[in-house]
Order: sequence, then C-alpha cells, then structure tokens
Amino acid sequence: MTRPGRRALLLWLLAMLTGSAIVWNSRFSADMSFFLPARPSAEQQVLVDQLKEGAVARLLMVAIAGSNGEQRAALSRDLRGRLVKMPEFAAVQNGDAGSLDADRAFLFRHRYLLSPAVVPERFTVDGLQTAISESIDRLASSAGMLLKPMLPRDPTGELFELLAQLNPGTQPGSLAGVWASPDGNRALLLVQTRATGADTDGQEAAIQAIREQFTAVAAAAGIADARLQISGPSVFAVKSRATIKREVTRLSAIGTLAIVAVLFFVYRSPRLLTLGLLPVLSGALAGIIAVSLAYGTVFGITVGFGSALIGEAVDYSIYYFVQSGRGGVAAWKAHFWPTIRLGVLTSVCGFGALLFSGFPGLAQLGLYALSGVATAALVTRFVLPHLAGEHFVMRDLGPLGATLKVATQLLRRLRWPTLALALAATAYLAVEHERLWSTNLSVLSTTSPEDAAADKALRTDLGTADSRFLVVVNGHDREAALQAAERAGLALDDLQASGAIDGYDSPGRFLPSRALQAARRASLPTADELRTRLQTALADSPLITGKLEGFIADVATTRQAPEIDRPDLDGTDLGLAVDALLLQRPGGWSAILPLHLPDKGQVNAIAAVRQALAGSGALTIDLKGELDTLYNDYLREAVLLSLAGFAAIVALLATTLRSPRRLAAVLLPLVLAVLLVVAGLHLSGEHLHLLHLVGMLLIVAVGSNYALFFERAGELDHTTLASMGIANLTTTIGFGTLGLSQVPMLHAIGVTVGPGAILALLLAAMFVPRETTA
Amino acid sequence: MTRLFAGILLLGLTLPACAAFDVAQLMNDLARHKGGTAKFVEKKYIAFLDRPVVSTGELTYRAPDLLEKRTLTPKPETLRLDKDVLSVERDKQKLRINLANQPEALAFVDSLRGTLNGNRAALEKNYLMNLSGNSEKWVLTLLPSEQKIAALVQRITVSGSRDQIRSIEYLQADGDRSLMLIESLDNE
Repeated sequence: MTRPGRRALLLWLLAMLTGSAIVWNSRFSADMSFFLPARPSAEQQVLVDQLKEGAVARLLMVAIAGSNGEQRAALSRDLRGRLVKMPEFAAVQNGDAGSLDADRAFLFRHRYLLSPAVVPERFTVDGLQTAISESIDRLASSAGMLLKPMLPRDPTGELFELLAQLNPGTQPGSLAGVWASPDGNRALLLVQTRATGADTDGQEAAIQAIREQFTAVAAAAGIADARLQISGPSVFAVKSRATIKREVTRLSAIGTLAIVAVLFFVYRSPRLLTLGLLPVLSGALAGIIAVSLAYGTVFGITVGFGSALIGEAVDYSIYYFVQSGRGGVAAWKAHFWPTIRLGVLTSVCGFGALLFSGFPGLAQLGLYALSGVATAALVTRFVLPHLAGEHFVMRDLGPLGATLKVATQLLRRLRWPTLALALAATAYLAVEHERLWSTNLSVLSTTSPEDAAADKALRTDLGTADSRFLVVVNGHDREAALQAAERAGLALDDLQASGAIDGYDSPGRFLPSRALQAARRASLPTADELRTRLQTALADSPLITGKLEGFIADVATTRQAPEIDRPDLDGTDLGLAVDALLLQRPGGWSAILPLHLPDKGQVNAIAAVRQALAGSGALTIDLKGELDTLYNDYLREAVLLSLAGFAAIVALLATTLRSPRRLAAVLLPLVLAVLLVVAGLHLSGEHLHLLHLVGMLLIVAVGSNYALFFERAGELDHTTLASMGIANLTTTIGFGTLGLSQVPMLHAIGVTVGPGAILALLLAAMFVPRETTA
Repeated sequence: MTRLFAGILLLGLTLPACAAFDVAQLMNDLARHKGGTAKFVEKKYIAFLDRPVVSTGELTYRAPDLLEKRTLTPKPETLRLDKDVLSVERDKQKLRINLANQPEALAFVDSLRGTLNGNRAALEKNYLMNLSGNSEKWVLTLLPSEQKIAALVQRITVSGSRDQIRSIEYLQADGDRSLMLIESLDNE
C-alpha cells in the first residue's frame, strides 16, 4: 500500500472510531418535536408550549368496557383509588361524588378572596341588603334546599358567585355513581399525568401503570370480562414512537438484506461484498454523526431514512468494482469518476436544499442524506481503492450488460408513446391540480384512522372540550402574568355579558393575583362594623340577625388570613386547573385563558375577542388554525426549497456540461419521470403532501446520476450498462423499502423516489441523444 | 304498650276504608291521568327565617316522564325533568344534570314522578306508603326506607282528589318544610 493510501486509510479509521463514540453518546428521539417549527412565531410558540407542556397533552382518557354497569363502576372506583396514590399521576377523576369535596371546601374557605363580587360596595348597608335579599330569593329556587345550609355563613352568596362563573359545560353521564358513556356501556375516567407531553418515556410509563393497575383491580375483583381503553395525545405519541422504532429496524433489515443479496449475486465474493458495504456503513455513520453534532438529537425517522441512504450510497462502490474491474483503477478515476462526482454533487444539491427548511424533521433528513452520500462517495474514491488493491477478481457482467443493451434498444422505440403519455400526464395534472395536495398537517401523523375515531368517541363521551381557542398573556413573573390575565378577563367579561362568547377559563379564578386578593381583603369590614351594618340591612328581611355570627366570624378570619398561594390548592382538582393554565417559560410566565365560543359564528366571536384585546399585549390564538398555518408554511417553504434545489442542480449541470442541448438531454428524462410518478400517485389515490414534493426533488437529484452516464458516455459498453442497472436496482430497493413504511413521511418518499429512480434510468436510456447512438 | 294498642285500634279503624280505596286503586287513577298544566304556590318554612319564602308559577306534566316547573316569582326559573335528565334555566345560566349520577336525587324526584304517573314500583323502591281518606280526598304519606334519603327528607305528604294532586309537602330532616299547593288549569 502506498503512503498516501495508508494515510487515507488511517484517517478514515480514526474518523470512524471518533464517529462511533459520538453515535454512542447521541440522543435518539421519536417525539413530535420532529414536526414542530424550528423558528416559531409568537403564536406558534404557544402551540409548541401547549403540545409539550400543556394540560391537554398530559390528559389520558380511560374507558372500562365489558362486564356490567355495577362491576364497571366498582372497577372505576378501585382503579381511581390505586392511581391517585401513585406519583405518576397528578389527578384521577371518575365522577365519584366524594372526589369533589376537596374542591368545594377550598372554594368555601377562601370565598371572600376568590369571589369577583367582593368589592367595597358589597359590604355597605345597601350592598348587604341587596346581596342577602338575592340569596333569600334563591332559596325559593329549585336549588334552594341545597343552598340553605350555607346561607347563615354565606348570606351574600359568594360561593354561588364562584360556582356561577365556572363553566358547567356538559359533564359526562353517569351510571352507578361514576362517569359513564351516554349509552351506558363504558365507565369513564380522566387521568392527568405528572410527566409532560414532551416526556414520551414518562408518558409510556404512566400508560403502562394504568394498564397494570387495571389488570390488578380486575383480578382482585374477580372480573375477567372487562376491558380497558386508553386514549389521548400521549397515547398517540407513545404508539407513534413504537411504530417508528419498529419500522426503523424492520425497514433497515429488509433494505440491507435485499441489497446484500443483490451484491452477492453480482460479486460472488464475500470479500468484495464486505468492501462494497464499507462506503455505505461509513456514510450511514457520518450521517448520524453530522445530525447529532448539528442538532443534538437524532430523530427516529431520520434513522429510518437510512435504508434509502444505503440503496443510494452503495451505487458508488458498485460503479467502482464493476467499472474498474475491466479497465483498471487509473482508467476508472479518469473516465468514470468525473461523471460520478457530478452525480454526487447533484444529489448534494438536492439534499442540501432541505437544510434550509424550518421544519426540523426535513432539515435533519437533508443533512443526514447529504453527509451520508458525500461520505460514501469520498470513501469509495479515496479509501476503497487502497483496501481493494489493484487486482481483484470481478465476475464478468458482460452477458447481463448485453441483455440490458437489447432492452435499451427496444426502449427507444417507445419514445413517442412515452412523450404522448407524458403529455397526457401533464394534462391530467393540470386538470387535477386543485385536488393534488393535502392541506392538513394530520397527513403526516402516524395515528391510524381507527385510533383517531376511538379517540374522538371517548372525547365526545367525556365532553372534553377541545381548547382550540386561547388567549395568552405574559408577565415577567407569576404575579404579573396573573394580573395580565385578570385585565384580559375584564374585557372577556364584557364580551360574555354581551353574548359574543359563551365564557372563558382563567388561572386567576382559583389563584387570583396577590394584588387582587389584597384589594378584596381590603373590602371586608371589621366584625363590629359588619354587625352594625347587618342590623340596618336586615330590618325588613325575614332573616333573623342573630343567626349570622358564623358569617361575621368568617369575614373576620379572612381579614387576618394570608393570601392564597399555590400550595393551598394542593389536593384539589382546582390546583391542576391552575397549573394547566400557568406556564413558566424562560424569561417569564404565561397565563392561558381558554375560550368557550358559541358553536355557530366562531369566526365573528374570535374577531370580537381580538378587537377587545387589541393593544393589550394579549395573544388570541386558534390552535387548529395555527397547526394548519404551520403545515401550509412548511408546504410553501418546501415548494420554494424544491425549486431552489432544482435550480441549483440545473445550474451545476449547465456550468459543467456547457451546452443547452446536453443540459436538455439530461433534464428531459428527469422531468418526465417526475411527471409520470406524480400522475401515477394521484391516479392511485395517494394523497400528496410535502414529503412527496421532497421526493420529486430527490428523483431529480438521484436520477441525474443515470442520465449523466448516458449523456456523457453516449453509447455505453455492456459492463457500464450492467453497473448502472445494478446500481439502479439497489437504489430502488433502498427507497422502495420506505414505501412499505406506515410512517407517512417515509412512505411518501419511498413511493415517490422508488418508482422515480427506475423511470429515470429507463427514460435516460430511451432518450439518449441521437447523434451519439449512431 | 298504650301506643301499640292505639296502633292496633287505628289499624282496625282504617281497614274498612282500605278495602274500599287502596294504593292500587289510587295508582290506577293516577296512571290514567295523561298530563296537563297547573298553577302552583310553594312556601318554604326555614328555621332561620321568620316568614316563609314564597314562589309561584306553573307546572306542566306529560305522562309518563316529562315534568316542567316554571317559576315566575320571585325570580323566573325553568326546571325540566325529561326522563332522568334534569335541566335548570335561571338568568342566563343553563344547567343539565343526569340524575342517574345521583341516586338520592333520583329517589327524591321519583317521589313526585311516581305519584304523578302512578308508578307504584318506583315509589315502593324507596318509600313506605301509607294511604288514608277516599278517592275524593286522599292523603298519601311516603316515608323513606333508605337511610341516605331519610337524611334529606323525613316525610313526604301528597294529597289530592281522584287523579289530581292538590298539595305536596316535604318535611326535611332538619325540621324545615316546604309546601306546594297545586291548582289545575285544565277544564275536565
């Protein structure tokens, strides 16, 4: 081995060792941050926070089906009893009447600091008279007998004021004392995990704990025919991660096995096979290293793309062995390497365009593929020759090449029919262009339609409102955020009074700002003042004055008591509600006010909210709208990036080929391949999304390798033709394997690039410029 | 001993009346009543108030299980019971409660509904019944048999004439009581 050879080899070994160490320490993840914007707007940041930290992302809906109503209710109680004791869960609700006692006790104890009706006027003679007379009127109502026991201690009806501002919504139906679906066939529970939505491991453990505890309670009760169903965003996240993990292993195994089989058929030599796989493995390693270094975290989907990378990167060693086997290494370097190098550069242009995407998943795929392909090519060029040596025995592929030659000649007769077909495809796409693209991010979700339907059914049964519309206010600390929430609340109160919105929630309901609590406390008179005023206020009232000592004592206690702080809410479900609506972020706090809008006229309602809060610094957000916008931003960006990538490839080819004619000869088969693939996909009912678009770019980037060979070499000799056929086969296997994936992102690239690569080769053979064929 | 004796005597005295008019016959009469509208006046006597709270309004009943109570004074309120779903509208507030959730509340509701539609089984599930008087002027007393219900209401007394209910009195466990007087608006 020559000295530079040894040096190259050492360098490579060193790089591989370092790389292995980096990969060993890399963090792999399969969570939704793959889809979340790298550079979010203020509104998108709220969306991201909600998905990662928000209460909705920590909510699990649990249903118990089978058996009978009484037994389901018993299981529901037992399950709740076990889960509330576990550290994994912040709250477990099943509608059991007793579970609300802690909430009521908290509201009653702190009613004078919590009630919005507590203002100085409330405790004047007139104010007391009005409030008490209203309370007595309420005794006449249907709820009178429930309110009666409280009246002597709460004659102004502050608890009623508090309960009135809680949005009652539609609570789930009940059977045998616990929540049940309207048809009565399932008992229902709501579970809030401590782990955040972004903590997929924590969520997985929590879901597993619920299943185990259910099995245990069912066994303890001797009930064998009850079933558990769990749904919620984190169930999807956990399932999706499991799917991605499984797919990555499965697809890589299928792809690798198929490619190894092809290579073994071609080389018939374990040594060449091993050597041939070296550039590929180096490339795959380099891809992960690059992503790990650049992003810190490697997404599972990125690794799943590996199978495609293997198919593409193995081409270079195939070219090397097949082409240099006949003419020698020096000739290969002189004749073939420039063409291969240009092909590598076009691939790099294609993958490189993705680097600029604001969609982190896409940018990672781009970086992974780019570094992988470039490394594989470099290792083939600079390391492989030294390892393989000058002389290696290569099977004669002439017969295979001869067969392919005949095939290409037959193909040329199909030029006109193909052009006609392409024209038809163009017309078809022009007619259908409105219906080609999905406009919804959900097309990228791994959630199966069955799971989505089951989730929707549970959500409907539980009456879990989807908090789609939010108002978000910020502050430098919690107090400031709460005060901002209270200011926004005033505007929202007006809108609620005018009927523009149905209502809203606020963390300030149960944890008012210290300022507001202090103001309310200052409204309370001393015990003596209160006693005197009551005597005047109750002159004409049926209420007997002497019965109100409990009220006077409670007001006096509140005047001395400290302000309510978050720990006072411990053990209540209200504490959870507050936590869910208050988020600590780097540099401050956010308070979230979910809006309840009328079913009809949501657009007007949200416009009214925006107008009322204009200039206050509050953000009014439609989460679903933000998600749709996000996807459409990605799509628009992907269109631009694909066009830029295509332009870069064209520019590269134009400068290298230096002839519009030759450029056209290379580009024609590629453009035709893209057209036919897209038309074919749409015709087969595939919903196109942005990953199909990226796939189109990759058809051009990958397919250009074949077109370049035909264009450069003109009439190809049998061996070169054979090498291209084999390389094309491995590429198609690599990408085609992705087409088997259930992960929509990988599937889309697979079904686009797999057929696209074959078509690119066939069309390149078909449209070889005439003068070179003569 | 004297009380027991008096009881037996009383039993002896009421026996002939029962033979002529018993619970089964009352239930039959009531079940035949298909519904109608009535005015009501409800008075609640509460220990800490020196005079009763009075409300008035209209009652509508459609057999077998739709009941609507529209209070007009002192504050308008509509209470509607459709099967087991109770809905309340007051001011701008609307509330729906599924009573299947609350067995005690359901038992309470059944005392009224069971009387209205003559559902003896529903009444006997939660109450001991005692009937006195005759078809023209009867008094049905319901005593809760379940401890949980007895904690809310000691005794319910319904009085009426033929298939019409004239008054309902709830005597609560704490001694407070409410009395509702009903006057039919339908011409028979």
